[in-house]
Amino acid sequence: MNWLTEFIRPRIRSIVEQKEVPDNLWKKCPECDGMLFHRDLDENMNVCYHCDYHMKISVKERLELIFDDSNYKEIALPEVAFDPLKFKDKRKYSDRIKDSRNKTGRNDGIVVALGSVGGQNTVIAAFDFAFMGGSMGVAVGEGIVTAAETAVKNDAALIVVPASGGARMQEGMLSLMQMPRTIIAVDMVKDAGLPYIVLLTNPTTGGVSASFAMVGDIHIAEPGTMIGFAGKRVIEETIREKLPEGFQTAEYLKDHGMVDMVVHRKDLHDTISRILNLLMDTNRCCKKSKNGSKKGCSGKVSRSKVKSKNSNKAIIGKAA
Amino acid sequence: MSQLEFEKPVLELEGKIRELKNVSSDDNLNIADEISKMQKKVDKLLKQTYAKLNPAQIVQVARHQDRPHFLDYVEELIEDYTELAGDRYFGDDQALLGGIGRFKGQSCIVIGHEKGSNTESRIKHNFGMARPEGYRKAQRLMAMAEQFNIPVLSFVDTAGAYPGVGAEERGQAEAIAKSIETCLRLHVPIISTIIGEGGSGGAIAIAAADNIYMLEHSIYSVISPEGCASILWRSAEYSKDAATALKLTAKNLKELKLIDGIIKEPLGGAHRNKRKTIENVGDAIEKSIHNLMSMDKDKLIKTRKNKFLAMGRKI
Ligand SMILES: [Zn+2]
Repeated sequence: MNWLTEFIRPRIRSIVEQKEVPDNLWKKCPECDGMLFHRDLDENMNVCYHCDYHMKISVKERLELIFDDSNYKEIALPEVAFDPLKFKDKRKYSDRIKDSRNKTGRNDGIVVALGSVGGQNTVIAAFDFAFMGGSMGVAVGEGIVTAAETAVKNDAALIVVPASGGARMQEGMLSLMQMPRTIIAVDMVKDAGLPYIVLLTNPTTGGVSASFAMVGDIHIAEPGTMIGFAGKRVIEETIREKLPEGFQTAEYLKDHGMVDMVVHRKDLHDTISRILNLLMDTNRCCKKSKNGSKKGCSGKVSRSKVKSKNSNKAIIGKAA
Repeated sequence: MSQLEFEKPVLELEGKIRELKNVSSDDNLNIADEISKMQKKVDKLLKQTYAKLNPAQIVQVARHQDRPHFLDYVEELIEDYTELAGDRYFGDDQALLGGIGRFKGQSCIVIGHEKGSNTESRIKHNFGMARPEGYRKAQRLMAMAEQFNIPVLSFVDTAGAYPGVGAEERGQAEAIAKSIETCLRLHVPIISTIIGEGGSGGAIAIAAADNIYMLEHSIYSVISPEGCASILWRSAEYSKDAATALKLTAKNLKELKLIDGIIKEPLGGAHRNKRKTIENVGDAIEKSIHNLMSMDKDKLIKTRKNKFLAMGRKI
């Protein structure tokens, strides 16, 4: 991936798109129909300021939102087999990929970045829903494997942010195999004694929900996020009745014990920072300075030192 | 449904043979001769037909209701089988069964989807579509295999996990994810055989294994051809094209290096000779178990994980 496709193309596109929709200063909230002024909406992180409906945000905005000082380094992802099945429905899968690449300026539907959150080393793997509905094929799975390996190497926490309809059908069984592959990946992080947090965003369904997304140490969800295994339509066809209100929403999943908390977008950074500090800076015997930097303290046990001593044991000793 | 369209010429001949056998009480020697001739014709026809099955036809064979099901395998292969019930949280799922038993002398945990063999039992087993309780029962039994240091044999035969309100409410996604994780973390061998239909997440939940085998005419797919057609072609009528495009046959998946072996079916498919089919599966498992039981435990896990990590990296 070169910087041309990464930076120039999206910029050109955004200019073109702005011309196509001139004076589009107002947007209608899909939930409450309230009118939203674009600048206010931007400032509110794309959350409706009438009803708190969380609209989609770009991967870049997502990373800037969570990382300290919006500062991070993107990690290069390895090449994987391109269109391994030579899949074709009404269109060729290879053409669909090329379209998505042009549309998003990305190679596939995931971005992996390294930075800090709450002062703690953190790797974030964020799905790009704009790339074929965030569907998970080999490239996305490889992204999560890379993210996990990067986390372990850097003694960092791992946060995965799914936004995906599920497996990428056009890669057939290779996409289904991403379920065990991604679980192996996040287990490397867990076995190294590092936190693995899942931030469920709209939507998280199918093979993505039934793999790495449901085995986190902590599950955080944005309000209103659709989370579930089977699609609503499939369930309705099976049971032939209407679904209960709020079915498969983040709030519903919290009520049923599947997520730890539903957190407003504006509180994500602080919430995740607090959690990572609690899990990674586990023995604070003296006050931290105001800016979050850790001042020397003789009694303080550094988590990283403890970890490196026990890391091998942790992997071997952990039972199923 | 139990009759396959492409088997029609064969079935007609087989019907004629049956008729002839009925009249053979007239002790006409020519009839016996005729029957043996026709039987040869049937065999030839079956051989020709089954040699060039297309993926959509293989899907039909994989779903044939007369194929041996989980309980048939248990009966033939597992001595002293003792079913164990319940997930210890909510209930017992009859779509995913399991227990302890002895495979060729070796104690083991056996788990598998049961589709049922008649209307009554199909309803009882929910057509092999498991709910979270099934996957949690599987996890519990796998943990038991770990505790007693015995291998796990799993048999996959499901259209998919059950899509229902209760199943979602009780965490179908979490149950499947944890079940996959449990397979991957086992310190004992796990061997999976796709005996009929390997339907998506509901199948892989018990098939993240050291050795994955597929019966010759079984299928394993991320989505049913019908589901795929209705999404990508916007009409279920294209399920034949979807079956081809998805590369869901044993042969396809062996080429993609996603499974470890293909188990031969008798002439004319598993539904024509249950016993022989089960025997072939038993032979494959026996070989696999010997290799895996002799492996160092940490190496076993490492090899399993590396196998999955390598999938799709190079094809
Ligand atoms: Zn609103």
